[in-house]
Amino acid sequence: MPLPAPLIEMRGITKRFGAVKANEAVDLSVAPGEILGLLGENGAGKTTLMNVLFGAYAPDAGEILIQGQPVRITSSADALAAGIGMVHQHFHLAPRLTVLENLLIGIPGKTGRIDRAGGLARLAEIGRQHGLTLDPNLPVSALSVGEQQRLEIVKALFRGARLLILDEPTAVLAPSEVDGLFSALRSMAAQGLGIIFISHKLNEVRALTHRCTVLRHGRVAGRVDDPANTTSSEMATLMCGHEIVPPARGPSTPGAAVLTLDGISTSKHSGTPLRDVSLAVRAGEILGIAGVSGNGQRALAEVISGTRVPDAGQMTIAGSKVSRFSPREVQALGLGRIPEDRMTTGLVTNLPLADSMVLPRIGTAAFSSGGLLKPDAIRAFAEAQINAYDIRCPGPMTRAGALSGGNLQKALLARELAFDPKVLVVSQPTRGLDIGAARFIHEKFLDMRAKGCGIIVIGEDLEELLVLCDRIAVMYEGRIVGTLDSADATVARLGLMMTGAEGHS
Amino acid sequence: MFRLEVRTSTPAWFNLALPLLAIGATLILCSGLIALAGAGVLEAYGVMFTASLGDSYAITETMVRAAPMIFTGLAVAVAFRAKFWNIGAEGQLLAGAVASCFVGAIPMPGPLAMVLMALAGAAAGAAVALVPATLRVKFKVDDVVSSLLLNSVIYYALMALIEGPWKDSFSGYPISPPIEDSANFPVLLEGTRLHLGVVVALIAAPLIWFLIVRTTLGFRIRVTGENPEAARYGGIHVERVLISTALLSGALAGLAGVGEVGGVHFQVMSDISPGYGYSGIVVAMLARLNPLGVVPAAIFLAAVMTGAEAMSRATGVPAFLSDVIQGTALLAMLVALLFTAYRIRRVGAAR
Repeated sequence: MPLPAPLIEMRGITKRFGAVKANEAVDLSVAPGEILGLLGENGAGKTTLMNVLFGAYAPDAGEILIQGQPVRITSSADALAAGIGMVHQHFHLAPRLTVLENLLIGIPGKTGRIDRAGGLARLAEIGRQHGLTLDPNLPVSALSVGEQQRLEIVKALFRGARLLILDEPTAVLAPSEVDGLFSALRSMAAQGLGIIFISHKLNEVRALTHRCTVLRHGRVAGRVDDPANTTSSEMATLMCGHEIVPPARGPSTPGAAVLTLDGISTSKHSGTPLRDVSLAVRAGEILGIAGVSGNGQRALAEVISGTRVPDAGQMTIAGSKVSRFSPREVQALGLGRIPEDRMTTGLVTNLPLADSMVLPRIGTAAFSSGGLLKPDAIRAFAEAQINAYDIRCPGPMTRAGALSGGNLQKALLARELAFDPKVLVVSQPTRGLDIGAARFIHEKFLDMRAKGCGIIVIGEDLEELLVLCDRIAVMYEGRIVGTLDSADATVARLGLMMTGAEGHS
Repeated sequence: MFRLEVRTSTPAWFNLALPLLAIGATLILCSGLIALAGAGVLEAYGVMFTASLGDSYAITETMVRAAPMIFTGLAVAVAFRAKFWNIGAEGQLLAGAVASCFVGAIPMPGPLAMVLMALAGAAAGAAVALVPATLRVKFKVDDVVSSLLLNSVIYYALMALIEGPWKDSFSGYPISPPIEDSANFPVLLEGTRLHLGVVVALIAAPLIWFLIVRTTLGFRIRVTGENPEAARYGGIHVERVLISTALLSGALAGLAGVGEVGGVHFQVMSDISPGYGYSGIVVAMLARLNPLGVVPAAIFLAAVMTGAEAMSRATGVPAFLSDVIQGTALLAMLVALLFTAYRIRRVGAAR
């Protein structure tokens, strides 16, 4: 079937940042009624390309055509006027204002008055058309994340968008919310809107999109004309330039317990406290902690990492009792730690990467003596890890914040693994990472497991836990409600335990 | 049309170029005021330059003025590195001056007196800085407000002292008794006021640079300032670092007061500091919080202050211009700092 004339076409887009070409001669088009998947690893140039389309960056070469007419987009206002709407990963909403007020921001009413009645009517119409219903009088702060995203989509439609760009829209949604989003997107496409859908999750891309454009190193690496009948691994190969094989977890012979928690309870902090948590991780095994976010996982990670002192209970690391629950103590006993939030807890984005890499052990003989830093040792350590882990950056003195998420996670992994931890605690190890980077992290965990390290992985992605872990414990309301061997575990069974419905031990 | 774009990296030469750019912009902006006052711009700046840096005596006078601003500039730079917002260098300077004057008035051998004056002044400044730091660490009180308001408390306490117990009983002037002659800092060049304290200030800058860049305390200060959460996760006692930073910052500001008492005034009076503590903020910002940059930045402001008086006498432009230049320089520098994070791009140009 011949496609109708493109709604939007980008031709030969090139965007340089200094010597780096973020986009090079990229062609992309979306027809009315089409959902286009935009794929690529982190740093492949997806975000830059969309920022060019949305007017945040001026391209160094190339042109943008809307319904065949060349246009110049130099600001988001131009983009909106041209009928392009964007739903960013981080929402741009005013939390204290209501849904309706957020919609009306920047929309001039007649004679300078705000046209509330007109806005209400339009909101109701959009709700009817696409099933995107929202209570116009609720403040945004009272909306769930999924509803806020819905508001962002409605906002774009409200402004007359004919092309909608969604940047990783499902990353923030629960599985049930994803279905609702997809049916709304399909309805919009059916009415002739064009949609650009950016995602790392290939099964979503296959389920939703009509066609895909794949970027690699800033260039178009390939196009997929029939995503539904293309395998995820074929797409992954296009994205990475080589085949991606999921890591194989061989049999293991766990040794003695390297981390034990016995009756750990916490209180007096925000979030869910721990209630009488006991668990053990043995040398050479990976223990997963599954659970719906907010069921005490954060407190558990904090206690093990030495950033929270429990009210009751005991913890041992490699047979030694933990007495002070300080980061320095647990590290000295042989614990490696990778925090949940790379940017806020793990790294210092404004300082050189080398500083972040030595931060947890700056007071040890490796990096200082008598209160004086050893700059050569610090630099050499960072350089060695950058080479060993193939961390892509100009050098150890690069500002950490300039690195991509995958490279930052590698850096955090490197700074711990360099000290041969006996036990490693990680939270959400691959959140936001692309397939290649996630694969790398998983391989390293399996290497450490083979070397006899005990690993505890706190995560929400059940499929990841099932691939990676030997045993999976489930947390619910601050307790461990059961532990399964991963051979016996399924997503369905774990999902049921995560709601507190079933107890095992 | 122009627009701002986020930078991925900041070139190294910006560290030097930005302060120069800010100073250049300041002088251009302030030339309007000079013209308004009815004087020739080049003539006025010329007098300013000659009077502050034109001959060796002028240079020594400028250096004498720069010394307290090197100390307060270092105090602010150290504090701001940790994001301890110490706006209280003025009060810490005054406390240091009072303490050193008290010690200097006690008869004892000169060298001993000078060392004890320095220790007492540093301790007094540190003690004052400890107040906002403790309030912040223990009770989350905003340190900008508490350290700023404490300046008034210290100033009026000083006034109470020199209007009360320390008041000169003969003349009735509100000035403290002088320190012992033996405690006067030695003058390094005959016929000038260039005293030992100036050299100490010049030595302090590289020492503080070393502390920030090469010691574990400096590392902890930098990391705590940039990301306290990552610092805490990494095993740094953030509260302890903030307290240490405050003590160090206050001690440096206190030393500014010691130098004024021991090397310039030999006693304490109400106008012992023409706002050197506040100027320290300008100095530290111009230096981009680099302790080595504090020295040229302090010398620049000192030259403006010394030169402004001569310019006023020669051209009739009010000496207050020096305050305007300081304020404008701070604002210009804050604008210039924008360019470390953003670049300006032309958009809409035909290609």
